[in-house]
Amino acid sequence: MSAALRLGILLVVLGCLYLFLAQPYWFPAGVSSQSALIDHQFKIAFWVLGAMFVAAHLVLAYVLSKKTRSNGKASGGSWRLEVTWTLAITAVFFWLHISGDRLWSSTMISEPAGQIPLEVTGAQFQWYFRYPGPDGVFGRIDAQKFAKADEGNPLGIDPADPAGRDDFVSTVMVLPVGHVVQLHLRAQDVIHSLFIPAMRFKQDTVPGMEIHSHFTPTQTGVYEIACAELCGIGHYRMRATVRVVTEQEFEKWLKAHAKTSGE
Amino acid sequence: MPTSTSNPGSSEKPGFFRHTFSTDHKVIGRQYFFLSLAAVLAGAWLSLLMRIHLVWPKAAIPFLGEIKPENYLAYLTMHGTLMVFFVLSTVPQSGFGTFFLPLQLGAPKMAFPRLTAAGFWIAFVSFLVLIATFFVPGGASGAGWTQYPPLSALASAGPGQALGTDLWLVSIGLFCVASLLSAIGFVITTIRYRAPGMTWMRMPLTCWAWFVTAILILLAFSILLVALTMLMLDRHAGTNFFIPGGLLVSGKSIEHSGGSALLWQHLFWFFGHPEVYIAILPAMGITSHLLAVFARKPVFGYKAMVGATLAIGALGFMVWGHHMFTSGMNPYAGFAFSTLTTAIAVPSAIKTFNWVATLYGGKIRYATPLLFSAGFVSLFITGGLTGPILAQPALDTYLHDTYFVVAHFHLIMAMAGLFAIFSATYFWFPKMFGRMMNERLGRLHFWITLFGAYATFMPMHLLGIAGHPRRYSDLTGVQYVAAMAPLQKFITVAAIVTISGQIIFMVNLFWSMRRGPAADANPWECTTLEWALPSPAPEEGFGVQRPQVSHGPYEYNVTGAEKDFVMQDAPAS
Repeated sequence: MSAALRLGILLVVLGCLYLFLAQPYWFPAGVSSQSALIDHQFKIAFWVLGAMFVAAHLVLAYVLSKKTRSNGKASGGSWRLEVTWTLAITAVFFWLHISGDRLWSSTMISEPAGQIPLEVTGAQFQWYFRYPGPDGVFGRIDAQKFAKADEGNPLGIDPADPAGRDDFVSTVMVLPVGHVVQLHLRAQDVIHSLFIPAMRFKQDTVPGMEIHSHFTPTQTGVYEIACAELCGIGHYRMRATVRVVTEQEFEKWLKAHAKTSGE
Repeated sequence: MPTSTSNPGSSEKPGFFRHTFSTDHKVIGRQYFFLSLAAVLAGAWLSLLMRIHLVWPKAAIPFLGEIKPENYLAYLTMHGTLMVFFVLSTVPQSGFGTFFLPLQLGAPKMAFPRLTAAGFWIAFVSFLVLIATFFVPGGASGAGWTQYPPLSALASAGPGQALGTDLWLVSIGLFCVASLLSAIGFVITTIRYRAPGMTWMRMPLTCWAWFVTAILILLAFSILLVALTMLMLDRHAGTNFFIPGGLLVSGKSIEHSGGSALLWQHLFWFFGHPEVYIAILPAMGITSHLLAVFARKPVFGYKAMVGATLAIGALGFMVWGHHMFTSGMNPYAGFAFSTLTTAIAVPSAIKTFNWVATLYGGKIRYATPLLFSAGFVSLFITGGLTGPILAQPALDTYLHDTYFVVAHFHLIMAMAGLFAIFSATYFWFPKMFGRMMNERLGRLHFWITLFGAYATFMPMHLLGIAGHPRRYSDLTGVQYVAAMAPLQKFITVAAIVTISGQIIFMVNLFWSMRRGPAADANPWECTTLEWALPSPAPEEGFGVQRPQVSHGPYEYNVTGAEKDFVMQDAPAS
């Protein structure tokens, strides 16, 4: 049984190694300024912890063998070993932790000035993206009073607020490449979560809160958005897309929308 | 008249009523064991339905037909609720703990036996209420076991959000009361009822784990009870704890204002993270205990193990925010919670080190309990090592609410916990039921479960890394998710095989209960006090003759001893 158990553990390790080295599914190509940093941080953690996984299982397989039997009095412990191990593992874990905190600080805390204001609203089961129009200011919203999806005002922009007259709402997120997007995240009914895997971006949208966040797309293309917080029966199909375009195309798109909504 | 208690079935049977509503901790422990068995069967059945629906959405299930998205959400909510509450926090603590804590301490009974009995019966009612939610209009709640408001607070937010969610709240509220009643008995028994000579540092590590877990239960479940009450008041009494103003749900205005959706998450996870340790600390205690027994060696670093148990218990209350890195909580809080979360990885690593060191150099007996304990260590390592990734807010932001997290907690909490439950079942079965379980079937069960657990949950890491969100009832809604269907299919097949393998365990369990060979008083040659009694443990326990303890709990491989171990109640040498 000893040999079988050790063989079983080795098979488990080999299976896991195959899975993680063959990588049949892995990160989508990163297309935001933070994606390279996050991927690098993941890679370090992955290799360090992966090596610990293999090492720990080899040691486990070794101690489960009959060959290590000692005939002398069994040891009930050793503070020297205990303290050495604890300090070593503390050093590794906190080294990972500190590098992770520095990354969190650079992506979340030191916020660059947002250039493209964009409001995102999650509603069962649809994403809405509101652009402030030429004045750069979002109009007031009162969903309970004014929201009428079939009349082109799904968010309930207050018609009495002049700042809201040039606002327009899109169901596709269109962004210019290379600019910091300043997000204002809201939810109309329950909690949703804006997840854009290619941007390495995720943020819950919480009713009653306006959460500010940001990211910078670095490549043109079309990328999928998914909802990452259980929001009801349509959670799985609460999909949208981000279209990252050149600056000229973005200006053109803005103008086209400003015209139609200004009528 | 022969009064042999070692022969099951020959002793006088107490009346049905007296036996059923017994205040004997051994009867109650067995009752919890069977309650959890019912819950784990239901929970596993639900996971099977979910896995089948994900990859064969058109499959017609016998008696159920085709599974709809709202069914799927109800299944996932109930699967989580059953497994977390009625299995992982019930059987290792209330099941084995209620049975064995007094015996291992040499106590005549559990303190407050009526509270302990009331605890079980309230938990039983709670279980019935939970199952009943499947049959109410709208079906069971579909908001997940975490019940985040406003989804959980508003009946109009989904099909199961009306009566199904009300009853869910009632059920878990009852469960909180049951857990509190039971935990009081654990704490007082450990403090007051230890046998003469059973000093704190002579307590088996199982008792340490049950004691610390009971304290965690008292603190954590009282918070959950308060939070559940607040949510119930929001739903029916017009309060506004969790519901903010201005909500528009499916075109209808909600007449609430001023609440905070995040408040629930703070309260829930202030319970919910200690809950993880409520589930795993007894499992750790069982593993520490069994590795010493089957390696025929003292536990390596007993004091470090006790210290690590206390450290995990204390730190467990300071890490709840790591469930909320993407919730909209102030990002500065991320630093504090990630630091404390990294800190709690250290005592867990100390325990792992000591388990491995306990095995090293042992005269290992490769019986089924040892196999499952070794499996526990392996799964704990594997599930634990993704912890330092998820503890980093920057990485967690991407991985949160994906299958990566599903893989992480299923390995470290569910599978590791289950392996400890299995090892404890094979190990203590003779003391609980007076017979031995079958070794051959036990080994076969181990191999299927070990490979099955890895085959089911390891690939989920890859789904998460590729961005697959969890709690999706259908893979076709998002294109990049749909592309992962082949791996999802593999996982479903692995899950079907693993769950089918549990039939071997069920057969072994029920066959051995009636037909297994009668067990000796101490079949595994253990040192602890429960093995000083005949098998099964007689109703009177130690009775009036309290054992005198003169030895530590792990005196194995003792030179000069008659056998290779010394019982805790052996005369002092």
